[in-house]
Amino acid sequence: MTEFKGEKGARSSPASRGDAPMTRDSRFRLVDGLLIALMAAPLLCCLALKVLFTPESEGVDISGAMIYLTVPGFPLQDLVITESQINSWAIMLSILGLCLYLTHGLTEKGGTKRQLIAEWIVEKCEGLVSANMGERFAGYEYLIAAIMALSALSSLSCLIGLFAPTGDVNVTAGWAILVFALVTYTKLQGGFLNYLKGFTEPIPVFTPMNFISEFSLPVSMAFRHYGNVMSGAVISALIGAALRGLSKTLLGWIPVIGQIPLLQIGLPAILSIYFDVFSGLMQAFIFAMLTMLNVSGSFPQEAWEKRQERKAIRKQRAALAKA
Amino acid sequence: MVELAMGIMLGLCGVGAGIALIAGIGPGIGEGQAVAAACEAIGRQPEAKSDVTSTMIMGCAIAETTGLYGLIIGILLIFVAPGIFSGVLKETVLALK
Repeated sequence: MTEFKGEKGARSSPASRGDAPMTRDSRFRLVDGLLIALMAAPLLCCLALKVLFTPESEGVDISGAMIYLTVPGFPLQDLVITESQINSWAIMLSILGLCLYLTHGLTEKGGTKRQLIAEWIVEKCEGLVSANMGERFAGYEYLIAAIMALSALSSLSCLIGLFAPTGDVNVTAGWAILVFALVTYTKLQGGFLNYLKGFTEPIPVFTPMNFISEFSLPVSMAFRHYGNVMSGAVISALIGAALRGLSKTLLGWIPVIGQIPLLQIGLPAILSIYFDVFSGLMQAFIFAMLTMLNVSGSFPQEAWEKRQERKAIRKQRAALAKA
Repeated sequence: MVELAMGIMLGLCGVGAGIALIAGIGPGIGEGQAVAAACEAIGRQPEAKSDVTSTMIMGCAIAETTGLYGLIIGILLIFVAPGIFSGVLKETVLALK
């Protein structure tokens, strides 16, 4: 991060000396506006798509992600483009816009608010990763920050009326498979034989159970996140429908006001503070935390050291043989 | 006959969902114990409140997982399974005719 900052500052300072102050300022504002548009436009496009595709319905409507498009001709089954895919790509674009906006116009002196925010985010992520994973895993903070931002903003996207992509098990299962691949890669650092030997611990009878526990990691991670977000969405929908029905029975006899579901105003918002905001942010944090703990906990320290020793000896021998 | 089969199917889906949600007992007890222990710890060491709280929330969220498995099974049984089973039922009836 510091290298990037220095490079940017060095690049922007000669250019700024050449231009007149007014044009530089207006160009800066123009780029800012474009970046804000990049943040907002994908989400607005998703909202427009949702409005276009949602069928008219009355009463309780609890369904998963809508299917926008089906592309036939793929080997296993038709490729379906669902709401959750589109939404998560839009959120990724939005996060890209946010990052570019926060890092636009970085200076070495600092001082602007957005630079303070960006530095605070980077420092927090680095501190979290180094506190939980140790020195060896420096560099994982980008992955952890990306997972956290994507997960948190995905869960929060239901506040503006979008379908939260984390409420779809396919999205969280994708992330969990990524974590599983990382864990396996970390385990393989101690050599393939050592990785295979890990399945027969403490005694060879435990091998099937070790296999099951190995594959329960991605399943539990995927279902934990998905279950929290989805159950919140289902409970919110049920309560909304119940309040609508209640206001229809209680106030339905009043001529004009009876048509408006008055009880539905306000109360779902209070519930959404817990189900959408708190639960979503909590799950983002937990997913990132579990990623860190699993990856750093699966590193075979002793086997890795032995392997490095063996490698060094082999190199020495090769050098001797050449000489 | 088909109506009876449909009714039995829907009813058993509901019963199954109810049984699946018994899984909520475990996390409830576990989280209660975790919070009780956290309260004790904060009472003993009030200066460590923030650390204890964050660790407790983390542990609670992980202990919740088993309950969520039951919840997911219950929701699948209520919202997804009837559609699948009624499709199977209709196919069997058509095949018999």
